[in-house]
Amino acid sequence: MPSLKQLVKREERFVSGHRLCAGCGEGIVARMVTLAIEKPFIACNATGCMEVASTIFPYSAWNVPWVHTAFENAAATLSGVEAAYRSLRRQGKIDKDILFLAFGGDGGTYDIGLQSLSGAAERGHKILYVCCNNQAYMNTGIQRSSATPRAASTSTSPSGKVLQGKIQFPKDLASIMVAHNIPYVATSIPGKWNDLTGKVEKAVSYDGFTFIDVLTPCRLGWPHEPSLTMEISRLAADTCIWPLYEVVEGRYKISYKPREKKPVAEWFKLQRRFDHLLKPANEGLLAEIQADVDRRWELLLKKSEG
Amino acid sequence: MEEKKATWKELPEGDILEGGSSLKFRTGNWRTLKPVHIPDKCIHCLFCWISCPDSAVVVNKETGKVEGFKYDYCKGCGICAYECPKDAIKMVNDQEDSE
Repeated sequence: MPSLKQLVKREERFVSGHRLCAGCGEGIVARMVTLAIEKPFIACNATGCMEVASTIFPYSAWNVPWVHTAFENAAATLSGVEAAYRSLRRQGKIDKDILFLAFGGDGGTYDIGLQSLSGAAERGHKILYVCCNNQAYMNTGIQRSSATPRAASTSTSPSGKVLQGKIQFPKDLASIMVAHNIPYVATSIPGKWNDLTGKVEKAVSYDGFTFIDVLTPCRLGWPHEPSLTMEISRLAADTCIWPLYEVVEGRYKISYKPREKKPVAEWFKLQRRFDHLLKPANEGLLAEIQADVDRRWELLLKKSEG
Repeated sequence: MEEKKATWKELPEGDILEGGSSLKFRTGNWRTLKPVHIPDKCIHCLFCWISCPDSAVVVNKETGKVEGFKYDYCKGCGICAYECPKDAIKMVNDQEDSE
């Protein structure tokens, strides 16, 4: 794994001047992921904040070949690019090693882009797909997605007299990707740069489809103090709400076991979308969420033992 | 702060954009607070550099040392100051300081 002193010598592939919010987690994730890849690569974005904010006409923040088509087909578009590259390579028209990197938000990955993601994984294209999961459709106005956690207040699952935020628990996409029998699946956060860059470096070394789900704080939709972006993502790992692990060839390995597992309320209290959850009337709901987090963590511990 | 807008005749064809051209768009005027580097306290761990969403921390590629900020792009989020383990970055009111 490269050190920061080594990374700083590399050329930035995601440059300044993009129009993501001040303190946006996606800017940090895009930089870390692109810095961690040393070889030339072609990037593809699903529709989302990252795509919208990084390529406002006539500017682009990408210092690499980059393509955008639509919300649902980042994996399909890049599959085509990768297949064309393999064909050209077979014909002897290209002799360079080129990697393929797809970015999607949770909307473009968990929901709208799930079928194209599944197709690309099943066909086994040599692509690293990074999901910048900020747990709602932040780009279009903070609507709930299947990655939105239970009880989070969004514009389509608002908390009020009738409902206490989203009714359902979030989808476990990493497990769905593991079920595709791909060589590498991992979860990560921007708050631990060495975890994320190490996983990206590992993922691109496999000859096949790889997937990293990165919990990416959104200062506008969660909303939180912009300076806390890194800290909030670390707290998600410390509370085991977002456990950090990798699945190599189907084998689970936990990357980070918190020394002291913090109560979930610690994570909720820094975000206004959970304000209602910390009121005395919602004690039961909070306990229900804690129980679900504990159950998922225990299950993960068991999977990593075997 | 922005450059003069191009006319339609000068715009790139189709939707093909020049790589890295967002550098021509300066986001520094979004800022209300600005980070100030205190070199005496800095241990050059580079946590501020890797944590910056806007690549706005200036690091000398040869020496690996932090040299300040790109104020043309820094949006003033304060992540660098929060992540700094040595309090070597101070957030100050941008307006007062620039007088």
